[in-house]
Amino acid sequence: MRDHITLQVARYRPEKESETTFDEYEVPCPKDWVVLDGLNHIKDKLDGTLSYRWSCRMGICGSCGMTVNGEPKLTCATFMADYAPGPLRIEPLRNFPIIRDLIVDLGDFMRKLVSVKPWIVRDHEKPVSEGEYRQTPLELDEYKQFSMCINCMLCYAACPIYGLDPKFIGPAAIALAQRYNLDNRDEGASQRLEVLSEHAGIWGCTFVGECTKVCPKHVDPAGAIQRYKLTAALEEIKTFFMPRGA
Amino acid sequence: MTPTHDVVLVGGGGAGLRAAIAIAETNPHLDIAVVSKVYPMRSHTVSAEGGAAGAIAPDDSLDEHCFDTIAGGDWLCDQDAVEAFVREAPQELLRLEHWGCPWSREPDGRIAVRPFGGMKRMRTWFAADKTGFHMLHTLFQTSLKYAAVKRYDEWFVTKLLVDEGRVQGVVAIDLMSGRIEAITATAVILCTGGCGKVFPFTTNAAIKSGDGMGLAYHAGAPLKDMEFVQYHPTGLPFTGILITEAARSEGGYLINKDGYRYLQDYNLGTPHKDPVFKSMELGPRDRLSQAFMKELEKGRTIDTQYGAVVHLDLRHLGATKIDAKIPFVRELCKKYQNLDPVTDLIPVRPVVHYMMGGVHTDINGATPLPGLYAAGETACVSINGANRLGSNSLPELLVFGARAGQAAAEYASRKRDVTDTALLQAKDERLRLERDLLNTKGKERIATLRGEMQKTMEESAGIYRTGASLAQGVEQLRLVRARYADLAIEDQSLTFNTERVSALELGFMLDVAEAIITSALKREESRGAHQRNDFPKRDDRRFLSHSLIYRNADGSSRVEYLPVTITRWPPAERVYGEAALHAGPHHVTGSALPSGEGV
Repeated sequence: MRDHITLQVARYRPEKESETTFDEYEVPCPKDWVVLDGLNHIKDKLDGTLSYRWSCRMGICGSCGMTVNGEPKLTCATFMADYAPGPLRIEPLRNFPIIRDLIVDLGDFMRKLVSVKPWIVRDHEKPVSEGEYRQTPLELDEYKQFSMCINCMLCYAACPIYGLDPKFIGPAAIALAQRYNLDNRDEGASQRLEVLSEHAGIWGCTFVGECTKVCPKHVDPAGAIQRYKLTAALEEIKTFFMPRGA
Repeated sequence: MTPTHDVVLVGGGGAGLRAAIAIAETNPHLDIAVVSKVYPMRSHTVSAEGGAAGAIAPDDSLDEHCFDTIAGGDWLCDQDAVEAFVREAPQELLRLEHWGCPWSREPDGRIAVRPFGGMKRMRTWFAADKTGFHMLHTLFQTSLKYAAVKRYDEWFVTKLLVDEGRVQGVVAIDLMSGRIEAITATAVILCTGGCGKVFPFTTNAAIKSGDGMGLAYHAGAPLKDMEFVQYHPTGLPFTGILITEAARSEGGYLINKDGYRYLQDYNLGTPHKDPVFKSMELGPRDRLSQAFMKELEKGRTIDTQYGAVVHLDLRHLGATKIDAKIPFVRELCKKYQNLDPVTDLIPVRPVVHYMMGGVHTDINGATPLPGLYAAGETACVSINGANRLGSNSLPELLVFGARAGQAAAEYASRKRDVTDTALLQAKDERLRLERDLLNTKGKERIATLRGEMQKTMEESAGIYRTGASLAQGVEQLRLVRARYADLAIEDQSLTFNTERVSALELGFMLDVAEAIITSALKREESRGAHQRNDFPKRDDRRFLSHSLIYRNADGSSRVEYLPVTITRWPPAERVYGEAALHAGPHHVTGSALPSGEGV
């Protein structure tokens, strides 16, 4: 049928199955339906057991990342008609353990996020009664791009390094570390540097740039990583010439 | 072992996270748990766009923010609460600045403010047009540094445990494993946001099912002013995606099918090229949504496949201003509506956006049930009265999140034992969840019943209501409720069973829907967002009071009334347009906004 499209949806029910299988569903395909509308059609009308995450349907909550025909996508911003006549293959995000159907385990990212101290670090905090810290529009622009990360995890799903080395702290966490490092109100860059330098993962990033390509918010994590590498290398040289305690 | 905490927060959005930090800072010895059905950064605060009001400009004053809020709320706001809110809002917004929120700035580095609907001064702080997103991520990331804050991410709370007249904890499902646990606590704060999903067409995210309102209602706490539902005048057809009010405060026009700025026909002032405070497109949301309905009646709207629309015209603003001040509007229009506001008109129509009503609390977030607190959209303090002004909800969740957190911290500093009866209640709840809501043999699809509830709400309790439409709504909801007892749940799995969650959410939504319709039926007047065609005038003699709806033991309800607190602003007529410039605490000369600020 021309006004319908076939969705091949990955199913995994750990209590019943040991591996992923695919179920096929025919769903309507008007031009303004996104993949998420197709999944909701399945859940509401055809099969209430299909499990996936979603919430805002406007590309800002970061819940509905999945693999669509092999690519990591926000399903609320991916129109089915662009894939006509189909079929469309919907799978969970790659590089993460699968909990069920299209739902993956984000625990690893949540722990990594905390480790980079994504908050303002200051030796002395001035009282609120003294007003704001000044920050010019230019100073805001220094880190603004990296503050746009919605934690949708598409960059981890696309990252070849994270796929091979799960210890790699990953694109979004590094971008968020840089978001604070580059904020003129913050004084925590050296603390974050220690965390980021702890393992070699970051040096393995070869600037493939897959993370930047798939980012729906133009955060450019690859740029953050390259910039961070430069800072880290300079710090390394500094420590070499000026050993601690010297 | 039953997990136990001093304070349990239900919900991890703006209000919940602000409350969690406030508890940790009030008493560092307290053990805090944030229990949320989604990861906190997915919470719906993330979708707020336009900004957060806090009077800081040299020409602004706390009294003027109070007056605009009270007039905007059609005199149903509690004025003591509004005064506290307005006083504390700038401090809370500054605190968020200290925590790293990327507020938009003036060239010299100070905080920038923008105009907003129903506000007589520039007092809305903004982070471009992703204000809620930046506030939520700042709060979430800041909360990570407090070791006392433990998180239960993706746990769904199904019930409050109440015994000896006080709250003693919650029962929740760990979605990942399906495990059902009692989580006991001395105090519980509900921060679950609104309930837009009881209506078919809403800006609200899928998760906005009024869970906290339902939890409180079942626990015996009353819901306040539930008849006041805000329609935002500018939603994209089909998706309901919000086009922020900032689009109008930056100079956008609303026009009908003839290209005419129709708001001038509805007592909202006369059109000027540049925006004028409290006039035309900067009128309050209730009046703008009502004007749309009048245009629809006159046949001056535009028909589309997704219903009637009018047009929002931003073309004259130009790409530079649009990209600087409202980039998300352009992003959303391009991605979801396949148009560019720099060159095209945006089709918009009124869309359910916000609940003025909610769990009844005092000025410290306390409900009448000892140990139970609420803050944010879930709660009704009330600072919003019969109609919330745009950009008051974000500072509200900060101010009252912090207040509820402090009050709960003080209450929880004295430990109270959990009674055996409360633990038995938890056992019964587990049985209900495993027996009635897993692999049931019923016939009714969740989505079908949800759809019928939503249709009923739109038809009977929309922008304009009558006694007859509401009475019919009550009957239709009764039928849906009966069918809910025969629900089909195919999913037998314990692991991430989203069908069981949907069933529980629908249960909460039915409670909320009934509360809205019943309260609306009893309020025989028109005030703010509650417009009754059969009672078209505001009636201060009978209804200068908050409705409180209680759930009776047999599942029926009763409505009582509580007088509005008036401090310094006696009830008066709401005026917009040129007349508004002469109303309020000060007479103001000069009406046009300063143009080109900070672009």
